[in-house]
Amino acid sequence: MDHSGISVLFEGTNFTRLLGGLWVTVKIAGIALILGLILGIVLGVLRTFRNRLLRLILRLYLEFFRIVPTVVLLFLFYYILPKQLNFNLPADQIATLVFALWVGAEMSDIVRGALISVPKHQRESGLAIGLNRHQLYRYVLIPQAITLEIPATINLATRVIKTTSLLMLISVMDVINIGQQIIEANNHTHPTGVFWVYGLIFLFYFLIDYPLSWWAKRLEKRRLERTNG
Amino acid sequence: MTSWGIIQQSLPMFEKGFVLTLWLSFIGIIGSILVGLICSLLQYFKVPIFHQIATVYVEISRNTPLLIQLFFLYYAFPVIGIKFSAQLCGIIGLIFLGGSYMAEGFTGGFNGVSKGQLESGKAIGLSRWQLARYVIFPQGFSLSVPAMAANVIFLIKETSIFTVIAIPELTNTALDLIGMYYRSNEYLFVLVVAYAIILIPLSVILTLLEKRVRYGSFGN
Repeated sequence: MDHSGISVLFEGTNFTRLLGGLWVTVKIAGIALILGLILGIVLGVLRTFRNRLLRLILRLYLEFFRIVPTVVLLFLFYYILPKQLNFNLPADQIATLVFALWVGAEMSDIVRGALISVPKHQRESGLAIGLNRHQLYRYVLIPQAITLEIPATINLATRVIKTTSLLMLISVMDVINIGQQIIEANNHTHPTGVFWVYGLIFLFYFLIDYPLSWWAKRLEKRRLERTNG
Repeated sequence: MTSWGIIQQSLPMFEKGFVLTLWLSFIGIIGSILVGLICSLLQYFKVPIFHQIATVYVEISRNTPLLIQLFFLYYAFPVIGIKFSAQLCGIIGLIFLGGSYMAEGFTGGFNGVSKGQLESGKAIGLSRWQLARYVIFPQGFSLSVPAMAANVIFLIKETSIFTVIAIPELTNTALDLIGMYYRSNEYLFVLVVAYAIILIPLSVILTLLEKRVRYGSFGN
């Protein structure tokens, strides 16, 4: 029996299974992004405070997540959390946690960068009209910083989505893992199926990430045009 | 056996992985810079047809994960009769990914050269080529150094994904050892230290380099 490879995508429930896997991928990326954004904003604000010790600790946190590759981070949490801390979580929750902590670290740097690039006179004017620190951040710095940080945040989101491809390594049933199962199950009847299944997954990722990075680029361009006149 | 003994015993294997990670990263980064430079030049000069090809390549490469790119090269290409060794797939994949990141960095640098500079160049009668050679490239290149530095670190970290096609680099070495001896704490510790040994000095050097080239950007 020799079928053309592409039909493997539509046989039985294969296509819906792949979409189901994609949903797992998107869900983990989405939850991690939301948690990571909140964490990152808090940490980013803290990093603009004067306290040296606090700044040092947060800096070390950021550098750790910057230096260790994400694959390694996933395995660190996957092996060490349950064994050392007796903290048993299913693989998809471990992945969400790792991604959230990673996004938090990267986001803290984006937020800090945006906060310190709000012009100094804004901060001083705020203090001059008698705002306290909380009001200064709430009404002056954060609203202005947000417009500066949106493109970088969207780019971070595209990176997170791309990085979810690593989920299969800790056996989360994501789109790639399901793709592999379909390829293996149909290897005899559809020897060229591998081409189409990976091709489709390739396309899935592209269709999610391309609009996002296009949007980020457009916002960035507009901002540059505004500042350069 | 004590943890220390376990670590000591595994060091020769990690050493091999370490060298391979460095070697693959090195080739991948050099290749990425070349591909990136070519693509950004094609885009900057709007060379007909080639600049559209470069743009399509950059968008595809930037918006898909390395892991899928590698699977495609390693598992799907043999179906249509194109077969490479795992290591060659790794290098091709890394250059395919890195080329677009580098291209974006260079393009950002070239576009970052201030309008005043371009206009001054035109005003003193430079030809288009002279303008590029003496005004845009020197300044644009130094403007793109921070992006290039970030990409170098990024690409070295990405080599950890090579483990999925069983290239025996650092991460693969650690995962193999864990699979055989179940000592995850020790091997993961060595793995993190190994990446730190590569990346911490490198990021310090690159930060210093950034500070140096900042003098090269005119008028700031």
